[in-house]
Amino acid sequence: MALFEAKNVTKQYGDKLALDNVSISVPEQCIYGLLGPNGAGKTTLIRIINQITGPDSGELFLDGKKLLPEDVQLIGYLPEERGLYKKMKVGEQALYFAQLKGLSKSEAMRRLKYWFKKLEIVDWWGKKVEELSKGMQQKVQFITTILHEPKLIIFDEPFTGFDPVNANIIKNEILFLRERGATIIFSTHNMGSVEELCDNITLINKAKTILEGSVNEIRKQWAANEFDLVFQGDVKFEGDGQYKILSQEFDNGKSVIRLKSDGEIGSNDILKDAMKSGNVISFNPSLPSMNEIFIRVVESRN
Amino acid sequence: MNKISVIIKREYITRVRKKSFIIMTVLAPLLMASMVIVLPILMVTGNKDFKKIAVVIDGSDQFKENLKNVIPNAENADFEYLPNTNVNDIVKTFDAGGYYGVLYISPDILTAPQMYSKKQPPIGLLDHISNSLGKEIEKQKLLEYNIQNLDSILNQIRTKVNVTTRLVDETGHSKETSTGIAMVLAYIGGFLMYMLVFIFGAQVMRGVIEEKTSRVVEVIVSSVKPVQLMMGKIIGIALVGLTQFMIWVILTVGAVTIVKTVVLKKTDMKEITQNLPQNIMTEQQPAAAATNTTVTSPELAEFSKLFDSAMNQNWLLIITAFIFYFITGYLLYASIFAAIGSAVDNETETQQFMLPVTIPIILGLVVAMGTMQNPESSLAFWFSMIPLTSPIVMMARIPFHVPGWQIALSMALMVITFIAFVWMAAKVYRTGILMYGKKSSWKELLKWLRYRG
Repeated sequence: MALFEAKNVTKQYGDKLALDNVSISVPEQCIYGLLGPNGAGKTTLIRIINQITGPDSGELFLDGKKLLPEDVQLIGYLPEERGLYKKMKVGEQALYFAQLKGLSKSEAMRRLKYWFKKLEIVDWWGKKVEELSKGMQQKVQFITTILHEPKLIIFDEPFTGFDPVNANIIKNEILFLRERGATIIFSTHNMGSVEELCDNITLINKAKTILEGSVNEIRKQWAANEFDLVFQGDVKFEGDGQYKILSQEFDNGKSVIRLKSDGEIGSNDILKDAMKSGNVISFNPSLPSMNEIFIRVVESRN
Repeated sequence: MNKISVIIKREYITRVRKKSFIIMTVLAPLLMASMVIVLPILMVTGNKDFKKIAVVIDGSDQFKENLKNVIPNAENADFEYLPNTNVNDIVKTFDAGGYYGVLYISPDILTAPQMYSKKQPPIGLLDHISNSLGKEIEKQKLLEYNIQNLDSILNQIRTKVNVTTRLVDETGHSKETSTGIAMVLAYIGGFLMYMLVFIFGAQVMRGVIEEKTSRVVEVIVSSVKPVQLMMGKIIGIALVGLTQFMIWVILTVGAVTIVKTVVLKKTDMKEITQNLPQNIMTEQQPAAAATNTTVTSPELAEFSKLFDSAMNQNWLLIITAFIFYFITGYLLYASIFAAIGSAVDNETETQQFMLPVTIPIILGLVVAMGTMQNPESSLAFWFSMIPLTSPIVMMARIPFHVPGWQIALSMALMVITFIAFVWMAAKVYRTGILMYGKKSSWKELLKWLRYRG
């Protein structure tokens, strides 16, 4: 069941069309990637979901019901361009944001203690924000985003500014949040993390949806009969012309070959052929990376 | 609504806790008070720096004898009669002789006397000379009538007349009032209004810019409506302003009570306090203070009267009007300032927007200062109706008594306008705070007004 749905959303700024009839459907407890080049309209869509701006036309549904102004309590948002009040103390600030999301002071206090401890920033409670490193500030912001236990969390580039250790901590927290029932919309340009985290994606380019579906489906779809074949030793594999050899490399005592079949030949036939040529170490259908798909889809549209 | 109060609370507390707020709140009345006390002292001590003026008289001995002692030495000038001196010689050498200037009186006293000096002489000095000579001429002319006991008759005739003003209310009761006090109140009211609206309005703008540049704003508007954030900020800062104002009022009332119980009984302080209302007038009439500094006990009584007439002002109206105009005027300007703050990326970019906003405020202040000369003028009337200037100008008019319907009309216009401005500002603000790296102009702001939420 879809936790969040946007149907035929259109938004225009002056004479610039920011979103053109865009629809997304985010299943419950899923991590949903919102992808697209800079200026494609992602931020506009996110702002519409957060009700920061309203769409010119189109409808939004949360949990099957029309999205209402009060629903901001059910949504957590970590914007890409984020900041904190520099002169304010960390603890006070976290409390302030929590209260803006409708938590009572005592409840906010209780939860903040838990999270500050969990992310090991308890010592920073009384410090001013300007004394904190960027990564520390990011942690504080992460906490303020999720403190009110929103059903829908929107992360816009959540890993920027983190070192690999802390990025991993945050990644695990995101996965943990999903375990506990949250649904996450995840906007990023880092395709590695999309493959790692996302279940479904939508790719927006020039205000339009150009690709959507589950990550696995999309990768399979784009795989298009490509295979990775690895031989022991230096092996030349040509086939009988039924295959197109995309690349062939000899490295570290192994030959790595990527080939594309014309579609009529199944993987068993290819394997049989290969076995005749040499000692096969591995044979896999090759899935293109999300990065490749992203570049190919966007470029083919431009 | 609950969220607005969270925002108001933050805006209020972070500001009230600041050291600069505490310092301003305590220091400003002290500064004001010290200005009121120090300025008269400076004026009194400044007067001790007197000028020596050589007096050269042409003409017969009898004429000289009569004129020699006519010009009394004043507080700030000594007149020294130089016998047997040629005016053409002394004019060349008076500087070396330590004289400020030379006053030359020709044999025919009715021909204008001449004052030679290296610098343009102050108006007070010239007034003093012409007054003294005028009196002498009058006396000489009267002498020609050969009236017996002329001196004693003249002394009897001369009376100092002080017009006391009494304002009459509808029931026919009248209260003694003072134009001087009204002017002081007008001045303070108008100026304070100008300062507060400007200072706190600019604080709103800085606050908005801070939120925009630090990018806090996007997180906040995902929790509350932009208009809530804007109004929360504006109201929070207004409360800071009102808190400060109330503390000032309390401190002033305290100070006034002390003045009344302590200072009024102390004669040595009198010279200072008695100068108080005159100092403000001195801008127009520098002579007044100079000629009016002799210490006599009737003047103590006069000060006491002045004090009473100050108490006779309609303080309730003044303070209520002040709070009303502060709130509405502030809301009007603060919303403009908020819109400007939202449209720029940093404080230096505000310049182009500030000028059109500053002009009406300054204009209001200038008209308010002129209003004191003629509170009933049509200029004063119109500027106390136009909402952009009315808070300042009306505050300057109220101590002179303004008809009720004018206050009511002005207030009504004020309310309508501030609501319209807040509404427009909210629309600009909503678009502006999320707009980065775009050079904005007034034209752009007008475009934002038409955007849909």
